[in-house]
Amino acid sequence: MSTATIAQKTIEVDQEGFMKDHTQWNEDIARELAKLEGIDELTDRHWKIIRLMRKEYDEKGDGPSIRRLTKESGVPIKELYQLFPKGPAKKAAKIAGIPKPTGCI
Amino acid sequence: MNNTDTQTLPNGIPQIKSQPIEKVSIIISRGSLEGVYPGLIMANGARMEGIEATLFFTFFGLEAITNNKMDNLKVATVGNPAMHIPTLVGGLPGMSAFATRKMKQQMEELDIPPVREFIEMIHDSGADIYACKASVDMFRLTKEDFCPQVADIISVGQFYELSEKAQIIFT
Repeated sequence: MSTATIAQKTIEVDQEGFMKDHTQWNEDIARELAKLEGIDELTDRHWKIIRLMRKEYDEKGDGPSIRRLTKESGVPIKELYQLFPKGPAKKAAKIAGIPKPTGCI
Repeated sequence: MNNTDTQTLPNGIPQIKSQPIEKVSIIISRGSLEGVYPGLIMANGARMEGIEATLFFTFFGLEAITNNKMDNLKVATVGNPAMHIPTLVGGLPGMSAFATRKMKQQMEELDIPPVREFIEMIHDSGADIYACKASVDMFRLTKEDFCPQVADIISVGQFYELSEKAQIIFT
């Protein structure tokens, strides 16, 4: 277990930098985490995905699959990969402050 | 949390130091449902991890990208001991269709898409999809027989060129 200081808040993170406690999350933290992932500005499209990630995690205890993410959000897969380059489900989960999704799809 | 594989940034975020896989080339050579899915899942999984992926369909694997075949792939119920169906029973009419239906149901529950949708997903996630020239010639197919996600028909030599620095996975 490690801690990190993000947006003047101390948060617990795992070895890969995923937040351990999603209730510690706030939008400022999301913006900071996004910068660390190379996303300088979070647009409305990003927020749509981030909120969906958190909603799915609240309801199901795991982040959604890419397929679910695209179906629920209406954001096409191509765009998901543009919004969150190099792995949308993983990156969006990290920025949304939830653990890395465990699904394979 | 300090070992040789991790270092910690000044703000406390740990960074993993390693040599991750950056590129995979996945060959799909079989045309049964259970022969096709592992390669598709691995290709999609690679893209989800930010790994570059190339898919190369060869021999009966071509069925998975052939327009009038890809929606009707079947599970093989004969010659597969792991199905736990006696060979003679597995050969009865309708057995393969039955097993296929069951498997498709289970996959849908797990959010695994049907072959056509899966190919679209993998393509849209940035993977490149190719058909093997020797097999295409052997089965007397043309580019028009394939789904639009197929980028090209290429030779084995071209496949190796495209696979530079990639891990090659044969399924």
